[in-house]
Amino acid sequence: MTNTLTRHEEGAANTEVVAVEKHPRAIRWMHWFNFPILSIMIWSGLRIAWASDFRQPRFDEDRFLPEEVWQLLDLDRSLARGLAFHLSFGWFFVINGVLYTLYLALSGEWRTIVPKLQSVKDVPATLLHEIGLRAEAPAKGQYNVMQQLAYSTVWLMGTVIVVTGFAIFKPTQLAWLIELFGGYESARNIHFWTTIAFVGFFFVHIAQVARAGFGTLWAMVTGYELKEIPAEASDD
Amino acid sequence: MTDKKTMSRKTMSKEEFDVRGRRSFLTGLGAAAIGMAGLTRINTGPVDNNIPAPLRTVHEANASIWQGLFRETALEPTFDPSLAEDLIFNGRHGILDSAGEEIPFDPDNYTVEIAGPDGAVLATHTIDEIKALPFVEMTVVHKCIEGWSQIVTWGGTPFSNLAALYNDAAQAPIVGLETPDNGYYVSLDRASMLHPQTMLTWELNGEPLTARHGAPLRLSTPVKYGIKQIKRIGRIQFADERTPDYWEERGYDWYAGL
Repeated sequence: MTNTLTRHEEGAANTEVVAVEKHPRAIRWMHWFNFPILSIMIWSGLRIAWASDFRQPRFDEDRFLPEEVWQLLDLDRSLARGLAFHLSFGWFFVINGVLYTLYLALSGEWRTIVPKLQSVKDVPATLLHEIGLRAEAPAKGQYNVMQQLAYSTVWLMGTVIVVTGFAIFKPTQLAWLIELFGGYESARNIHFWTTIAFVGFFFVHIAQVARAGFGTLWAMVTGYELKEIPAEASDD
Repeated sequence: MTDKKTMSRKTMSKEEFDVRGRRSFLTGLGAAAIGMAGLTRINTGPVDNNIPAPLRTVHEANASIWQGLFRETALEPTFDPSLAEDLIFNGRHGILDSAGEEIPFDPDNYTVEIAGPDGAVLATHTIDEIKALPFVEMTVVHKCIEGWSQIVTWGGTPFSNLAALYNDAAQAPIVGLETPDNGYYVSLDRASMLHPQTMLTWELNGEPLTARHGAPLRLSTPVKYGIKQIKRIGRIQFADERTPDYWEERGYDWYAGL
């Protein structure tokens, strides 16, 4: 893409290169804010979950992460510090999530990430195109249907992780909520699996952004993306 | 609503985009720097009972919120006693000495001292006197602050039955409890102590408590983590201010409420 833009920078025939709005300011701030906050939440969460020797997942005698990483992340005997960070920084995550939800609803931005029912039939074709087995991509708006499913699922994951978080934080006062999740241990497990899903999403997300090119990353910083558009349609 | 097709979105020239882009990036960098400074300050600044003071403040703020929302009518679900599990032994302070040996106590001459807010001893009870209070059994999910939980059956009497004997003193906002040698000590808020499922117990899964599980008398309640469910109670004090709490001193949230 970048090469094409360079070649046509001067504007060939009837196209020109302009920056087109892609991400509103609110989205950009809330998106980047999540990066350090989620990192702190997951790190402090590990310090809680893996504080006790017998809670640590192991392959035979080896712990889940290499010893060096374990020391670097200061995971041993860090329960009190983990709880302190988790239960205070959790506020930032919850408030950011609530603001994001309100913004999506009130601005209409939710339409970019919630797939239309009729788009679901495009999933196989989109998937095949993504992994390179299909030349044509189905028609799309800002995001294709796989992206929409991914970003909508992220919202869902955020909701589930916060709700299960409150449930396991106050299991007696919110006994009805614990019951909804099938008990205390069950609510905890859902909380942990959702965390794993977030980590999985993160790796897929940065891989996809890397594939899409620097312009995609820059768009989430600046809000605009360089595109070739027909000259007459430009606002300038 | 904005039509999200490319044609009707805002555009700007590439030149303006480069300028605005740099500005956005630097703004973001500035925000990141402020965030880093905040985190550094938290990690290297003042400490309150073994955790960064700002985090202790938020612990307390969270506690205020949930104390405000606390309902005595919110009950832990109870289970059939057949589901009770063998309770893990955790929490040795005041029970085992540094060599791991059980600290001895004389079950025949064991007493529990009750003190009022000014420290004056109101009464000294034998275990039999406490066992004379109405007996209740409760099968609930016991939760450790480490995260694990087990279903257990506690047998004893609701703390409110004892508090009723000391009505004036029991109006105090705090209850402090300690082992006879003061090797372990906790304090709890009045509302949690008077919750119907908070009990002074002497039986676990239908058997008398062993020393390791808190004989001859311990606190059992599903509205607090295990750390508050002190074993081997030697002294109960009704207090106007928080009395010392073993794990609070070591970095944990004082409220520890569920």
